[in-house]
Amino acid sequence: MNWSRITAMPWMLWRRQVAAILRLELKKSLFSKRAWWIYILTLGPVLLTGLHSLLGRSSGHTLAEDNMIFAGIFQLYFLRLGIFFGCVGIFSNLFRAEVLERTLHYYFLVPVRREVLAVSKYMAGLIAAVVFFGGSAVLSFLFMSMHWGPLFQEYLLRGPGLAQMGWYALTATLACVGYGAVFLLTGVLFRNPMIPAAVVMVWENLNPFLPSLLKKFSVIFYLKSLCHVDIPLDGPLAVIAVVTEPTPAWLAILGLLVVSALVLGYAAMQARKLEVSYSE
Amino acid sequence: MNEPRIVFDNVSRFYGEVLGVNRVNLSILPGVTSLVGPNGSGKTTLMNLMTGLIRPTRGEIRVLGLSLERPEEVFRKVGYCTQFDAFPKGLTGYEFIYSFLLVHGMIASEAHKLTMQALDRVSMTAAGDRLVAAYSKGMRQRIKLAQAMAHGPRVLVLDEPLNGLDPMARAETIALFQQWGGEGRHVIVSSHVLHEVDRISDQVILLSHGYVVAEGQIQGVRSEVKDQPMQILVRCDRPGMLAARLFERDHVVEAKVHADGKGVLVRTRDADSLYLLLNRIVMDSGLEVEAVAPADDDVNSVYQYLIGPEGGAA
Repeated sequence: MNWSRITAMPWMLWRRQVAAILRLELKKSLFSKRAWWIYILTLGPVLLTGLHSLLGRSSGHTLAEDNMIFAGIFQLYFLRLGIFFGCVGIFSNLFRAEVLERTLHYYFLVPVRREVLAVSKYMAGLIAAVVFFGGSAVLSFLFMSMHWGPLFQEYLLRGPGLAQMGWYALTATLACVGYGAVFLLTGVLFRNPMIPAAVVMVWENLNPFLPSLLKKFSVIFYLKSLCHVDIPLDGPLAVIAVVTEPTPAWLAILGLLVVSALVLGYAAMQARKLEVSYSE
Repeated sequence: MNEPRIVFDNVSRFYGEVLGVNRVNLSILPGVTSLVGPNGSGKTTLMNLMTGLIRPTRGEIRVLGLSLERPEEVFRKVGYCTQFDAFPKGLTGYEFIYSFLLVHGMIASEAHKLTMQALDRVSMTAAGDRLVAAYSKGMRQRIKLAQAMAHGPRVLVLDEPLNGLDPMARAETIALFQQWGGEGRHVIVSSHVLHEVDRISDQVILLSHGYVVAEGQIQGVRSEVKDQPMQILVRCDRPGMLAARLFERDHVVEAKVHADGKGVLVRTRDADSLYLLLNRIVMDSGLEVEAVAPADDDVNSVYQYLIGPEGGAA
């Protein structure tokens, strides 16, 4: 496709349509009775670290230990469970929930390209997921060590704390980008999102054992390279933490964005083939 | 691109092994067209095909010369009021119409203007700021209609649009369809009640079990029906005596006591003569007649006349 064809595309129209769809979708993605368990996944670590902050002074540990524990929470809970299943809930339902509620046809009966619709819905889901899980990661990071008072302030503002928090937020965001694209696709292709979610989970957990080329077709491969704190795990759990093929951060970010864009592009193409048949 | 017809070219649609519609060839001109048939005859399938919500298993459909593979072009000209009584949650009537006009790509002022016009068209301006979830069935039907018409489509497809409307709203809505049809737009209306649509239709398409069994001007289809004897049920106190008296007449093809023993089911080639005869019998014998009503003015009976009791395609 040459440049003149790209510039001839109705970008202004698409921008207005994306804004209009975001307006409708954001409310649904952020506030929904169906999403109660996503709120629990989001608030769980915040409440736990908040509790730790209240009780932390008397437990006789160090700030470094708190950082290590948070790194463990982030890698084991946020990346492997919270964001993974949160994205299953948010992105699989972008189309599927509308089929269940019998409202998808309203979108299919307006003059909007299905690709624009899919991307707009993805953006709404992404904003919601980042608000939930990026926010949860940042708040949990702060609550984890807040009880150290001036020492934590010093660590945060003049030490490496702020940068670490930024990396956690960025990694959580990239996890939402990657898993979001994957689960948007499964939501378009499959009626029951839990079966493909289980398959994706197995695939992600098999990552350390996959050949080098196949490793790159997973989200966790890139996310692990962005986790700078090594967590000391023994036994079978060590497989989860170990980075088998360390990749520079910039390459990991670029790789994840490219894989996500490919998956999102395929999902958008598949959305063009969707039919409305609620009774089937 | 200026082709004014909706064309079905040998279109079939199967749901797995279940037939939706089969070998449909249609060329629908502007005006009010009614799709008539009982539940399961393929009306909704035909409308969903016409609007691209489902794709044909075989054949091709073009709406005003446009392929349905390009919804971004087609839906500037097409509006579809479906049968689904579901709405996006948390929206008022105004927001429901306005939000989807914005998805069309309209700027806010234009969307607002068209929303107000659409609400006014269905007499819902005062209720526009109430949540759709709080509307009555009739109001939900009207707001769906307003939404389908809001962008001024050239083709308006309406699946059972009169369901749930009170008599006043029905009359207004029918007048609206006639006005739009008169402006040279396509207004495609589905109904399973023949007498409801024969008042407003320029042409009808009769469907049965997924096949088009008759199509054309309404008068033509009705005259086919008029060739057949009419069935009339007379509720009275002495059905045996009435049946014997009626059967003496030439125009009465059949007169049998109803299964419940409280009336006579008459098949006649001349309904007017039957009514006159009935009056005479009442005068002569003091027969007490409780009710007289046509027993075959539903579309199922029309099918039987047109295609036989099996209801299969000819």
